Amino acid sequence: MEKQVVMSARKYRAQFLRQKGGKALSLFGVYFFLILMALVVLFPFYWMLISSVKTLEEYRLSVPTFWPRVLMLENYLTAFTTAKLGRLFMNTMIVGLVSTILSLFITILTAFAFARLEFKGKELLFAALLATMMIPGELFTITNYGTVTAFGWKNTYTVLIVPFLVSVFYIYLLRQSFLQIPNELYLAAKVDGTKDWKYLWKVMVPLSLPTLISITILKMMGAWNSYIWPRLVANDDAHRLITNGLRSAFTDTTGDVNYPVQMAAVALVSAPLFLVFVFLRKYIMTGVSRSGIKG
Amino acid sequence: MVNSKDHWKAWLYLSPAIVLLLIFTVWPIINTVRMSLLEGYSGLKAASGASFEFGLGNFVKVIKYRKFLTCLQNTVLLCLWTVPISTILALLIAVALNSIKFLQKALQTVFFLPYVTNSIAIGMVFAAMFNIVGSFYGTENEIVVTAGIINNIIEFFGGSRVNWINYGSTYTANMVVMIVYIVWNALPFKILILLGGLQAINKQYYEAARVDSTPRWRVFTRITVPLVSPMLAYVIITGFIGGFKEYTSIVGIFGETMGPPNDGGRLNTMVGFIYDSLSNNSQGRASAAALILFGIILVVTLINLWVSKKRVHY
Repeated sequence: MEKQVVMSARKYRAQFLRQKGGKALSLFGVYFFLILMALVVLFPFYWMLISSVKTLEEYRLSVPTFWPRVLMLENYLTAFTTAKLGRLFMNTMIVGLVSTILSLFITILTAFAFARLEFKGKELLFAALLATMMIPGELFTITNYGTVTAFGWKNTYTVLIVPFLVSVFYIYLLRQSFLQIPNELYLAAKVDGTKDWKYLWKVMVPLSLPTLISITILKMMGAWNSYIWPRLVANDDAHRLITNGLRSAFTDTTGDVNYPVQMAAVALVSAPLFLVFVFLRKYIMTGVSRSGIKG
Repeated sequence: MVNSKDHWKAWLYLSPAIVLLLIFTVWPIINTVRMSLLEGYSGLKAASGASFEFGLGNFVKVIKYRKFLTCLQNTVLLCLWTVPISTILALLIAVALNSIKFLQKALQTVFFLPYVTNSIAIGMVFAAMFNIVGSFYGTENEIVVTAGIINNIIEFFGGSRVNWINYGSTYTANMVVMIVYIVWNALPFKILILLGGLQAINKQYYEAARVDSTPRWRVFTRITVPLVSPMLAYVIITGFIGGFKEYTSIVGIFGETMGPPNDGGRLNTMVGFIYDSLSNNSQGRASAAALILFGIILVVTLINLWVSKKRVHY
């Protein structure tokens, strides 16, 4: 009897140890997998940075070096001047800032009307707006290209800003956030005789600040990354945006390319996005998780 | 409570958005349908007073056009490879991230990094990694200066170098590069969504499974996957929609030629086709192609929704 108890206790102990061992092993496997994948994800960034400070001779070695022998920081200067990055940065900042401010203003007004005001056909209009989100942007571009040409807007800042001021998605996002503000607050303000306009800017906008910040970041990132439309309608030196400028400054992708300079240019263009990410990670991640842009 | 006199106020708030939407959203929808139904419509010819017959000619021509079929094939192939690979990989990474505590936040940040990049800029980095530096490829006196880091790694593990994107490279090699790049680019969004879904799962399900000592694999297939299925459906649908609109990632790697130097346009996509038609002033053809693209996206989305209605739990 006693022997049996000891036996089964041993068995349990062995099983327990086996489970624990298995758990440690599988935990090791999980970390191994994650760190391997993280390295794969990080490798292009590493390669970009490392190549950007190599001399052309070092880059062209048949056996690659994984740490530069000499830091060739002049590559960044060369990149900045050959791609005329200064002008491109400025253009992108102007377009990004102006379109963000105007877009926020329009979005706030529209979202307020849909969230708090009453008018005939409200639900129907909102549903129609949401339905347009399903249509691929290319379908609009064909006609909009003709429209902006007819308006005489080609090669201006206007053409880069105005057609994209209304985003149904941002309106939807902000309306959701407005709806979470208790209606009693609005009614109380009405009783006090507060005008809608004042209520909107003094109460609703401050309370929805996180959503507004998310929208701002997404909109700025959009200006930074937009390529197709700017190339189509504003491809002159005075108005070219950063992504388009980068691609047209380095047209050759294959063959004998001066990669260190090209990688330095890519690093310069990517840097602002990373800085924004470092400081505003939370807003970007919550904004993105609700958006579904860039599948 | 609200008197009808207030209605005009709401419309005042709405007016800036409505004016812009009428010009840049509503009119384009109507106009695209109109242009697609006018045979051989061209903005240039229309401006000089030409008239066009009404009919389905644009659609028929587009479908029969060999270039369009290449674009369609590329787009569909890229979708069919990248969506499943990136979804499965993202699910595995998300599950792994969810099961650890130490380093979780740091790794989560690392996996999100590719999202905050410019797909043209980082495409250029990928091109540099796959590119063979030298000249005269495919000829007898080819000179290779450096085979590129990816080929170096392959050779390090005993493989032989591949001509990925240079002159004379094969279609398969080109597609592999595109698939790798698109998957790399698509992972962060999917991981973010799936991890959010995993973290919302009630821990009690796992407790119950542990009490019953359910094997890990069964826990994964019977608890984890069903409970994140709404998020899975979401990332698959948005993945397909994004995949059918693929364009800039190819420009990032191959440039405007949309293919290796000896075969430009080989990797062109549906969106690329629309823009090419637009630059050729063939708005009728571009409109027809855009409507076909919209139709495909609509059908794929509906199929996905229908499947997920059957498969998605709760």
